[in-house]
Amino acid sequence: MKSVKVSAKTVEEAVRSALIRLGVSEEEAVIEIMDEGSKGLFGIGGKEARVLVSVKEKEETSLEKAKEFIDGIIKNMKLDCTFQASEDDESVKIIVSGKGVGGIIGRRGETLDAVQYLTSLYVNKGKHGEGYKRVIIDSENYRAKREETLIRLAKSMADKAVRYRRDMIFEPMNPYERRIIHSALQEYGSVTTRSIGEEPNRKIIVSPK
Amino acid sequence: MKELLEFIAKSLVEKPDEVSVTQVETEMSLVLELRVAATDMGKIIGKQGKIAKAIRSVIRASAAKEKKKVIVDIV
Repeated sequence: MKSVKVSAKTVEEAVRSALIRLGVSEEEAVIEIMDEGSKGLFGIGGKEARVLVSVKEKEETSLEKAKEFIDGIIKNMKLDCTFQASEDDESVKIIVSGKGVGGIIGRRGETLDAVQYLTSLYVNKGKHGEGYKRVIIDSENYRAKREETLIRLAKSMADKAVRYRRDMIFEPMNPYERRIIHSALQEYGSVTTRSIGEEPNRKIIVSPK
Repeated sequence: MKELLEFIAKSLVEKPDEVSVTQVETEMSLVLELRVAATDMGKIIGKQGKIAKAIRSVIRASAAKEKKKVIVDIV
């Protein structure tokens, strides 16, 4: 952190000259008064005021960090895409579009999930719960379409389970996709769902009631 | 490929200056050897290798355009 120590007759004067030296405004600085100073009697034995003024380190926002990371990934992967980023209280959302999006989605969104995970690590680096932001990366509605597909699949599997009176087992899925299936079948009174196995081979079983 | 791996690794660790990637190329494959500070090992590997898996996944996707198999070694 850049900082200067300045002494002057008064605290105000010392702060003012420190800010000029650092070239920042008062809002951009941290001011620590080391000595208030005193006038002394008849100008004799007075002490100068001393202050330590430092430039506040600018914290990058989650949005800026996410943008920076995605930009680096796209450039280094030499993909022909652009992106838009937005932020709310809980999450940072990035939508990737362009000719090269296939490269960032990957097979069944595998690459998209990996990039999303790495971005979230970068954005939340050094945060301990406080200020944690969920990162969502989507591309041309890939996730929305995938969600529709999963819900359709869930319903057809549930129907089969009821029709054949036996357990139906899904392919292994990541937690995000499993959650979609579980919640889609929550309202189905005729079946129950549960997950078995260990990551990354954890899969859902749907059983008739 | 090397730059992509370097970029990702540097973004995740505490000591980006200590990240280095060496490239070993053979006829069939390209091996990228990633080195980080010992204290940053966890930041690159993650619980049950989750982070390493994600990194490899991105590198693999990017390597798909090239004919060669790309292997990421964390050493």
